[in-house]
Amino acid sequence: MNNTKMMTRIKRAKRVDHVMTGVFFAIGGFFLCLIIVLAAYIIIKGILSYYPGVFAFNAQGIGNQLFNTIYLVFLSLVISVPIGVMAGIYMAEYAKPGRVTKFIRISIESLSSLPSIVVGLFGYLVFILMTGARWNLMAGALAVSILSLPSITTTTEDAMRSLPKSYKAGSMALGATHWVTIVRVLLPACLPRIITGVILAAGRGFGEAAALLYTAGQSTRINWANWNLTSPTCPLNPFRPGETLALHIWVMRTEGSLNPNSEKIANFSAAVLVILVLAFSLTARIMTKRINQKQVGSKA
Amino acid sequence: MSNMAADGGTVQGKTGTAKDREKALRMYKFRKEYLGRGVVTACGLFIIILTVAIGVFLIIRGTGTFTKFHHSVAEFLFSSNWSPVDSATGSGGGVGAAVYIVGSLLTCGLALLFAAPCAIGAAVFMTEIAPKWGEKLFQPAIEIFVGIPSVVYGWIGLTVLVPSIRDVFHARMGGYSVLAAGIVLAVMIFPTITTVAADAIRSVPDYYRKGAYGLGSTRWQVIYRIVLPASKTGILTGVILGLARAFGEALAVAMVIGKTRAFPTSILSPTNNLTAAIAADMGNSANGGEANMALWSMALLLFLISMFFIALIHFIENRSAAALKA
Amino acid sequence: MTISGTSENIEQKNTADLCIKVENLHLYYGQFHALKGINMEIPEHEITALIGPSGCGKSTFLKTLNRMNDLEEGVRIEGKVTLNGTDIYRDMDAIELRKRVGMVFQQPNPFPKSVYENVAYGPRINGINRKSELDEIVERSLRQAAIWDELKDRLYKSALGLSGGQQQRLCIARTLAVEPEVILMDEPTSALDPISTSRIEDLAMDLKKDYTIVIVTHNMQQASRISDNTAFFLLGELIEYNKTEKLFSIPADKRTEDYITGRFG
Repeated sequence: MNNTKMMTRIKRAKRVDHVMTGVFFAIGGFFLCLIIVLAAYIIIKGILSYYPGVFAFNAQGIGNQLFNTIYLVFLSLVISVPIGVMAGIYMAEYAKPGRVTKFIRISIESLSSLPSIVVGLFGYLVFILMTGARWNLMAGALAVSILSLPSITTTTEDAMRSLPKSYKAGSMALGATHWVTIVRVLLPACLPRIITGVILAAGRGFGEAAALLYTAGQSTRINWANWNLTSPTCPLNPFRPGETLALHIWVMRTEGSLNPNSEKIANFSAAVLVILVLAFSLTARIMTKRINQKQVGSKA
Repeated sequence: MSNMAADGGTVQGKTGTAKDREKALRMYKFRKEYLGRGVVTACGLFIIILTVAIGVFLIIRGTGTFTKFHHSVAEFLFSSNWSPVDSATGSGGGVGAAVYIVGSLLTCGLALLFAAPCAIGAAVFMTEIAPKWGEKLFQPAIEIFVGIPSVVYGWIGLTVLVPSIRDVFHARMGGYSVLAAGIVLAVMIFPTITTVAADAIRSVPDYYRKGAYGLGSTRWQVIYRIVLPASKTGILTGVILGLARAFGEALAVAMVIGKTRAFPTSILSPTNNLTAAIAADMGNSANGGEANMALWSMALLLFLISMFFIALIHFIENRSAAALKA
Repeated sequence: MTISGTSENIEQKNTADLCIKVENLHLYYGQFHALKGINMEIPEHEITALIGPSGCGKSTFLKTLNRMNDLEEGVRIEGKVTLNGTDIYRDMDAIELRKRVGMVFQQPNPFPKSVYENVAYGPRINGINRKSELDEIVERSLRQAAIWDELKDRLYKSALGLSGGQQQRLCIARTLAVEPEVILMDEPTSALDPISTSRIEDLAMDLKKDYTIVIVTHNMQQASRISDNTAFFLLGELIEYNKTEKLFSIPADKRTEDYITGRFG
């Protein structure tokens, strides 16, 4: 009697187990399909929307926006990489457990979870309203660098902490100061990992839009023959308005653009943007793999 | 170039006095240690300053509604009368942001309802059921999910989701709806929840599982009774992080929510939310005016919500750490 | 290193071939009393071995001689250590000290750089940047460490590709390039095979012409083979310190005898 009861219970448990395994496979399969469909949709839709001149550097093409995107991310990295890397060095090598260190950690965490529109508004307030400037690339770059600062800091700190303690001991035993040890031994040793982190941050920067809405501006006008850095139409002037690709999609699809090609432009921009971002994250992934292999190899 | 070995090794011989030697050493240490340490310390402190500055500026700007225009906090939070005067000096309109707040709560709640079970399921799948697949296929897939910019999610919502909802449900406002926003947000926050939850599940020690299997448990029993309870805190952290991301997302939602200033009557009706309203109106409102200040108050509210989520995560983690100790 | 005409110098002449003098040294890790009143005089141009069971404090003691313990949290030191008459804790900077008292570690720890850059590292941080000068130092140091012939064709390849024994001799060359007065070796052969070990031992015997060497070893044969003086540590105390042949043939302390005859440890 008791035995049969137990047998039915085991049977039921097994049946439930089979059903749940099926459910998990369904969920897993669903997500894999979803991402494949999404990626394919974005890219195919982009290709289908191709028309001659889509890359042109004028209002009919996205050349200017593409340039702005890359230039803006470059500017933001010029700001955030030195500060982030140095703050990471401080956290890994000099910070002593205590209130200040704890406060920096909380700050990093807070910054990394701030909505990008809030960071954009802070940028709008400080870099546009308070300076009395027009929309400009630099303001956008500063906003994006606030967004990438926490991840660069954390990546650097983690990379430095993962180095063998013996590097530091070896250098210090030769009479090097702590700082010289950091610059000459520790930093070069973890450079590949830091670069990987920077590439990932750049990828995220390309897709940023909300933080740029009220900083970099929603328009762009470039005269490619004008190389006077102070002129508002010079491509390299960081203090000119510079709409990026991500913002361009937003503008083309929401503001009732007068451009007859607006839908096609948005479709194509989305594909270019996604390919750009994925290329960067793929590069970072390959680099990470190489680094790991190298570390395993050197141990053997 | 002067340096320590050159003057260090021969300091005694060359210049003699202990004072000179000490001075040379101090110079050396300044150039080779204190200068660099000073700069990196400044960068560390800069992060604090930046964070505090963002908070302070938002507080100064965001409290103008209550100090300069004398509205009550209760009106801002609970009234649905949004009619601020949009001029540099005028006042006397209503600044009730309840519609936007409810819009944010509804869309995020809906997103969580869609995303959380699936995301946790996906996390279990990639760690417990098919770890090899998980490593090879799921990790890159999640990275692609994360990598797609939010504007592109909004664009997909606009070109696929909105027309589909319009055609399937015959929604009156052409498919712009709470449902569309909820789905877009769900897709966006799913990788966040999955990543954090998967990390939490992976960190459950293997001897827990072995112990349970040893007692004759099926895999589902191990997952349900052992693994999930043991990784509860981490999973909850992932859910909160996802929720925080959903609350802060602006443009993707703005593209599909319909931007109608009214409470939704069903999940098929359009409404508006905090981020979309800020994104749409901040640039058009007169700087320093009542409407402008009310929008800044909404930005402050977003900032406070994001701080609240962080505090919540810390609270949960501390509580579970304390429970482990007790 | 030429030292001339100061009062310090006369003192050094008087104490003849005394190099390091340790007086009543105590070391604490937080609450733990790791070294208990060590007194020891280490003579110049000789090899002094520190032996004793694991955890007896011999490595800790070695680190106090070039202040590597400064890098650890919660370490407190009492007593006095002098190098050629100068108090290394009060009257000398740790950075300067470590240039004069080099250290070779238990695990070979080359930097993830080329062989050349590993050896040139010390001179470079001391401001030597001329290629010809660096070339000369690198060659001389590698020759001194008896590894020049093996490595001269792969100077610009990563040091991480060398065998353990080669890495350790490279680390010794790296230390020699800074031209220290004293070389501390912390169980330098414990991670190596017998052939590499005997090479390092030969090297150490060779180097004592020019350098004072202090070596920590858990291998008593090694101590008796290469050292002139041996110190036996137990539970943070210096039990016995004597000429090596004396300590091993007629130990004065029962505990030393027990240890070297293998009755414990």
